[in-house]
Amino acid sequence: MSKLLSVSDLSISFGGVQAVDGVSFEARTGEIYAIIGPNGAGKTTLFNMVSGVYRPDRGRVMLDGQDVTELEPDRLCRLGLSRTYQNLQIFFRLTAAENVMVGRHRHESANVLAHLLALPSVARQNRETRRNAVALLARIGMERYADTPAGSMPYGALKRLEIARALATEPRFLLLDEPAAGCNPVETDEVEAVIHAIAKDGVGVVLVEHDMKLVMRISDRILVLEQGRPLAEGQPRDIRENPAVMKAYLGEHGAREAARA
Amino acid sequence: MQRFLSHRLTVVVVLALIVALLPLVFPSAYYYRVAGQVFVFGLAAIGLNLLMGYAGQVSLGHAGFMGIGAYAAAIGPAQTGTPVWFWVVAGSALSGLIAWVVGRPILKLRGHYLAVATLGFGILLFMVFTNESRWTGGPDGMPVQRLELFGWRVRTGIEWYWVSGVLLVLGAWVAGNLVDSPTGRAMRAIHDSEVASRSAGIDVARQKLTAFVISAVYASVAGASFALMNGHLTPDVSSFLRSVELVTMVVVGGMGSIFGSLVGSAVLVVLPQALTVFHDYEHAILGLMIMLFMIFLREGIVPSLARRFGRRSA
Repeated sequence: MSKLLSVSDLSISFGGVQAVDGVSFEARTGEIYAIIGPNGAGKTTLFNMVSGVYRPDRGRVMLDGQDVTELEPDRLCRLGLSRTYQNLQIFFRLTAAENVMVGRHRHESANVLAHLLALPSVARQNRETRRNAVALLARIGMERYADTPAGSMPYGALKRLEIARALATEPRFLLLDEPAAGCNPVETDEVEAVIHAIAKDGVGVVLVEHDMKLVMRISDRILVLEQGRPLAEGQPRDIRENPAVMKAYLGEHGAREAARA
Repeated sequence: MQRFLSHRLTVVVVLALIVALLPLVFPSAYYYRVAGQVFVFGLAAIGLNLLMGYAGQVSLGHAGFMGIGAYAAAIGPAQTGTPVWFWVVAGSALSGLIAWVVGRPILKLRGHYLAVATLGFGILLFMVFTNESRWTGGPDGMPVQRLELFGWRVRTGIEWYWVSGVLLVLGAWVAGNLVDSPTGRAMRAIHDSEVASRSAGIDVARQKLTAFVISAVYASVAGASFALMNGHLTPDVSSFLRSVELVTMVVVGGMGSIFGSLVGSAVLVVLPQALTVFHDYEHAILGLMIMLFMIFLREGIVPSLARRFGRRSA
């Protein structure tokens, strides 16, 4: 049975500028839902509200029927909503395996006294968490980096590492903020394969992405934002042919040119 | 994980060996006393390192917790006649409790603001210890009873060398355990990115508070040992300068290096003794050396040297 991430009428303004204004959408588990729009359209701001980083001025976020609008990101994570960041947020001093192990935090015992005394249960749990993390690294083809400090890994690998860490929390919904930004074509293909696999496992993927080819290939549905407002929603082919979307991206003149071409 | 385990044990074994073998080169009892002080401050520095080097939160008031531990061990037995060790434990519990209460509001602050808030906390405690002369003897200080363990009265510098050595090794073991546990990973994650830690399901405020409380307990045990070792206690144990010394030990020895905390403590305890031959220039030379350490071994003595010799530091 598919679950629902339902966003209704989300709005926020910063110092009089309406960054996001009345945006609603629904994403389902197992589906890839893309949010696109020109620079400054409010995509990342929208993400920040859905994931609890910003508090919206208006509107609600419902996760599987539960109102989660006011919850902090760590609470949301424990309810099954995790995310990655546009500008890499990696634990650079930790190894790749440890980065993913941190994602297992909510599944581990929080008994600090046991941690201080290194009780056998903690050692056992550490081994299990590590096994789990290495398996996830293997899934995204990064097993060989397991004991490499994240600070000395290549950029494309870090993008995927961030996804692996988010997956380690076992989310039902995963928000990916520009997962392919700055990746070369080979790395983009790898990211695409990973996203496909995630959705196939029944996780709902919501992504913001600038690489239009990737978005058109990968998405089940697409929401287009312009200046903080929803402009269009639909399947990739509807969006591709939508004149309003073309205008938003290319401007009046460009849209005419494109229509003639 | 096997590698980590062996690694963690290595630190403990090396420290135990140092404690066990160092006396072989000591020409006089005086050296035992200095080494005992190194161990005690090393213990406090390890605790502070958990907060600063691992969780990435600064405290300029940690000598305040040393003061709480020290005065609990001094005042408790004198007023109630109960055993000294009980008051070492009670003082640690009190330090942990105070850290918990104070930490909740001030750990919301970051960077310089947190530094100033903890500084204020340390100064507050120093003023309390200085002004409540009915209990603490004021600026002149007060005598401290001897520690008694299973009928053994720990009195001489040599005896204290062994007690503080055992405490240091225990402290290093516990700290090592923490670093490689879920709590330790969460603390280190917060140091690198709070926002990502939250998205990974970590309650950042709670983890910071845990680190603060644990480091306060370390400082408290160290403070009690310091008072019991000297047999006399003045408010200087909790002075601002002491707090700064603790921070300097952590940074000079190496943030995020347990072994570094001991090295940092050794630098700040032993150097002033060694530099007394320079008479009036003692402090100037000490300051200069700390500057040189920071310029040439920026990551701290232990991590910098470990990198130079191609091995990961403890």
